[in-house]
Amino acid sequence: MQISVKINGKTYDHDIEPRISLAQYLRETLNLTGTHIGCDTSGCGACTVHVDGAAAKACTLLAVQVDGCDIKTIEGMANGNEMHPIQEAFKDNHGLQCGFCTPGMVMTAADILKNNPNPSEEEIRHGLEGNFCRCTGYHNIVKSIQQAAEKINA
Amino acid sequence: MIPAKFDYIKASSISEAISLLDKHGDDAKLLSGGHSLIPAMKLRLSRPEVLIDISGISGMNSITEDGNEIVIGANCTHADIVNSDLINSDLNILAQTAKHIGDIQVRNRGTIGGSLAHADPAADYPAVVLACDAKIVVEGKNGGRTIAATDFFLGIFTTAIAEDEIITSIRFPKVANGNYQKFFQSASRFAVVGVAAVKEGNSVKVGVTGVAGTPYRATAVENAYSGSSDAALHAVDGVEDELMSDHFADEEYRAHLAKVMVKKALEA
Repeated sequence: MQISVKINGKTYDHDIEPRISLAQYLRETLNLTGTHIGCDTSGCGACTVHVDGAAAKACTLLAVQVDGCDIKTIEGMANGNEMHPIQEAFKDNHGLQCGFCTPGMVMTAADILKNNPNPSEEEIRHGLEGNFCRCTGYHNIVKSIQQAAEKINA
Repeated sequence: MIPAKFDYIKASSISEAISLLDKHGDDAKLLSGGHSLIPAMKLRLSRPEVLIDISGISGMNSITEDGNEIVIGANCTHADIVNSDLINSDLNILAQTAKHIGDIQVRNRGTIGGSLAHADPAADYPAVVLACDAKIVVEGKNGGRTIAATDFFLGIFTTAIAEDEIITSIRFPKVANGNYQKFFQSASRFAVVGVAAVKEGNSVKVGVTGVAGTPYRATAVENAYSGSSDAALHAVDGVEDELMSDHFADEEYRAHLAKVMVKKALEA
């Protein structure tokens, strides 16, 4: 099926099988491998991207479902060589260990901060319920998001 | 995991979706948010040959006031419900409930119509539609009809919707004093037990999910209630033979949890 999708500002047209997920399409057709596939059943959040500005799990969306949508992936967060404040904060606060969950964490953090620019620690933890860190590094992830909020609001 | 092959059709109107359902019968499934269906297809628990995407049908994603009722389009996401001023003020129990479904990403995609049609025995909405006496509006090849919440759920993953019918909206009465109490399954965020209570003066309506295969109205609690939460002791009266049991909670523990959560809902 023919789809036309805007990804990180660029429009792509592809003929794609309906059963291919958005996560597979991003990784295997477009080589945008920043979006990770972990559990592949919408539990772990490693595949989180933004669809029309809202965080979604790309493993549980068919690529054909996002025909005509505006997608942002982790590759679209930085501005050239300048990291997004959330990425910068993860770097400054040791917010990643193995790094596998990080793209999903950053994309979910952006959704949290968009809807709630000054979240409490509890609100951040509640917001991250759909993202698992197998290194269990949650403390520094929460700290990173708190610092990112301060930077963005400054 | 990649689902088995299927054809994908994007329906542009309710009537088109109904005629596609009529044509493909058992081989077709409706797709809206897809957050129950797509994982089930990957695991081969569901293997439709045709997916009819209804997410783009206009008029199915609004939340409006109609007299003393609030009408919620079946394609409204859990996030739409959490963020609706109308629901937060006049049907707060539903906003409370939607806020604790899954996680941010799931709430951004999953829909109320899809959740009700799927009828997962651990879903949250069934308790609330039962306690509120909501009505599920469906349309099929022979026209539309309205199904009372108490007639809607027939069993695990089974509802009163006919094969050619599609949920178009859900009609809730406005509710001033209602609350939802949930005991979370800590990994999936599904309800091990969920209880919705709607109070009016000295009477109460109680909906229970997660406890029996079919969500139910705890009528024994409602009959025993006259202001005291002791009525919670009757939480599983009448469903003792239908209690669910799994590795999260066996029958005895579930029955106990049901009483505790009903008590909390009555006292809130």
